[in-house]
Amino acid sequence: MDEDIIEFGLYVPPHPHPLLSPKANGGYGRLRAAYDECRKRIEESDADLIIVYSTTWPSIIGHQFQANPNSDWIHVDDDFHYLGSMPYSFTMDAEFAASCVEKAESRGLQARTVNYDAFPIDTGSITALSLLNPDNRLPATIVSSNMYANRSETIVLGKAIRDALKEGGRKAVVVVVSSLSNRMFTEPIDPSEDRIHSQKDDDWNRKILEFFKDGRLEDLSQLSREIHGQIRVQKVVAYKPAWWLAATMGQHNNYSGEILAYEALNGSGGAVIQLTPAAGSVGDKEFDEDDVEYYKGDREVLNKGMLE
Amino acid sequence: MKSTGLAGRFSLDFTTSSSMPKGEIVLGALAPHPPHVVYAENPAQNEPISEGGWETLRWGYNRLARKLEKLEYDAIVVFTPHWQTYVGTHFLGLPRFKSKSVDPIFPNIFRYNYDLQVDVDLSEAMCEKAAEAGLITRMMRNPDFRVDYGTITSCHMLNPKWDKPIITISSNRNTHYYSAEVMIEQALALGKACREAIEESGKRVVLVSSHSLSHRHFVTESPLPEDMSREHIYNHSQYVWDMALIKLFREGKMKEAIDIMPEYTEQTIAETEGGGIIWMMGAMGMPDYPAEIYGYQSVIGTGNCIAAWVPEPDAREIVL
Repeated sequence: MDEDIIEFGLYVPPHPHPLLSPKANGGYGRLRAAYDECRKRIEESDADLIIVYSTTWPSIIGHQFQANPNSDWIHVDDDFHYLGSMPYSFTMDAEFAASCVEKAESRGLQARTVNYDAFPIDTGSITALSLLNPDNRLPATIVSSNMYANRSETIVLGKAIRDALKEGGRKAVVVVVSSLSNRMFTEPIDPSEDRIHSQKDDDWNRKILEFFKDGRLEDLSQLSREIHGQIRVQKVVAYKPAWWLAATMGQHNNYSGEILAYEALNGSGGAVIQLTPAAGSVGDKEFDEDDVEYYKGDREVLNKGMLE
Repeated sequence: MKSTGLAGRFSLDFTTSSSMPKGEIVLGALAPHPPHVVYAENPAQNEPISEGGWETLRWGYNRLARKLEKLEYDAIVVFTPHWQTYVGTHFLGLPRFKSKSVDPIFPNIFRYNYDLQVDVDLSEAMCEKAAEAGLITRMMRNPDFRVDYGTITSCHMLNPKWDKPIITISSNRNTHYYSAEVMIEQALALGKACREAIEESGKRVVLVSSHSLSHRHFVTESPLPEDMSREHIYNHSQYVWDMALIKLFREGKMKEAIDIMPEYTEQTIAETEGGGIIWMMGAMGMPDYPAEIYGYQSVIGTGNCIAAWVPEPDAREIVL
């Protein structure tokens, strides 16, 4: 069990509306209320650290960990700039970020810390940390989402973070910042008329939420490729959040799940979900994709079988 | 369909005069924006210091910048894939932006202090024309907005004095949401609308399509990023595709180049997915004359070509 290093996990949406315009739509308000509830639960927990995996912070050179102890600037979202600016001032745990890099490298991953004035922290991370940890009561680190990484690399990344937690004797709340279905409306909408983009997206979102509610995180991890094909706009190679969250939280189905909110955010599926390690299991899936402990990098397939 | 909401708040001050000379596009440049080239130039605005690198690209950029110095023009219009918008196409809409741009991917090499001017009148005119053409548009008027590093890199390399106002146009992600074909249709329509706005403005304008060609990166980096002994194209397939496209550039076959763009983009994960060069070709009426080629080089595995299309025949040269 993971009670010793993982206090609980959260899955939250990346869009800025719950932060910048919670009153524009009843759903945005309910997402905001769910965020607020999670903030209280974090405050009441024994966690000493928040780890954020953000799908809106892409990386190319391996995996990047935020390590600027005083990370502050003013961010403006590329699409929703008219909702307002997002000033932020976050306390990052540089020591833990460095430990994550060390553990990631020891598992074969390319990784580095980033500690630069004015670094552009992404919309999703700012929204999550501003609402979940507004006074920097806990230090945090943010993990990038490598745009080329697939299942093996992402699972190893989660395991490396577990290594760092165990070695440091830390207790963390882990946060994934990601939509469920991520197809937005491509024309401006009246916020009061926001809804999930399609019935299919809504159906799939609700099925995923059933899994979350039952605590079946490892099952969701195993279903990631199917989810990516069904309800994810193909912006990146894979739907990685469930892989990362499952690997970081221990790769099982023994959680107590709670859906605090599920609403539309400009057409995408936004949910605030809590998973707390618990006894018992309801998982019913077994898959043949191998578990991975060490990332070996590219297999150099293109250099094999070349014509002489 | 015309956009709604704030997207409809265009300036009403924009007028044209029948005595005003017709505006024109004096040059269109394919100007890749790996921040490495700015890093290698060591300008005062960029914090990290390098020992050089990527000279083939930088010297090509230097030569094109010298050509631009001799051309008369009023503004630079940049289409960038690093301002990614999903709800329509957005345009910079304030006269000045001053801040620091830190590349989220390569923060170790690009932390650039910028202070740039925007031609808001022309930006609004383009936005309005694009809306009239049925595209979803929006002006960006948040003063805290940080201009993307693609715009800054391309503009710095083409005009290091920063003495011309710019306009940045966002990249609407139609390839992801729909298909490469839909993206091409919309990018061509956007280009045509921008050309109409330029012609009505009476201004002489340089267009910049800011992107690489093949776009598969290495996911590791040398201890010294500018170590040129490590630099090469990601794989031979990317190189062959890039060369096939550049051959069409040289032959002035831009319609054919656009025709193969969906397959090219898919095969090379090309940054053409954002629509930059297609927008530019749409604005320039699909040139059937040879492009000037200023250089081709890989940057962290990606393929980068600097090329220019010059409508005025007397101003064209054979560069490489």
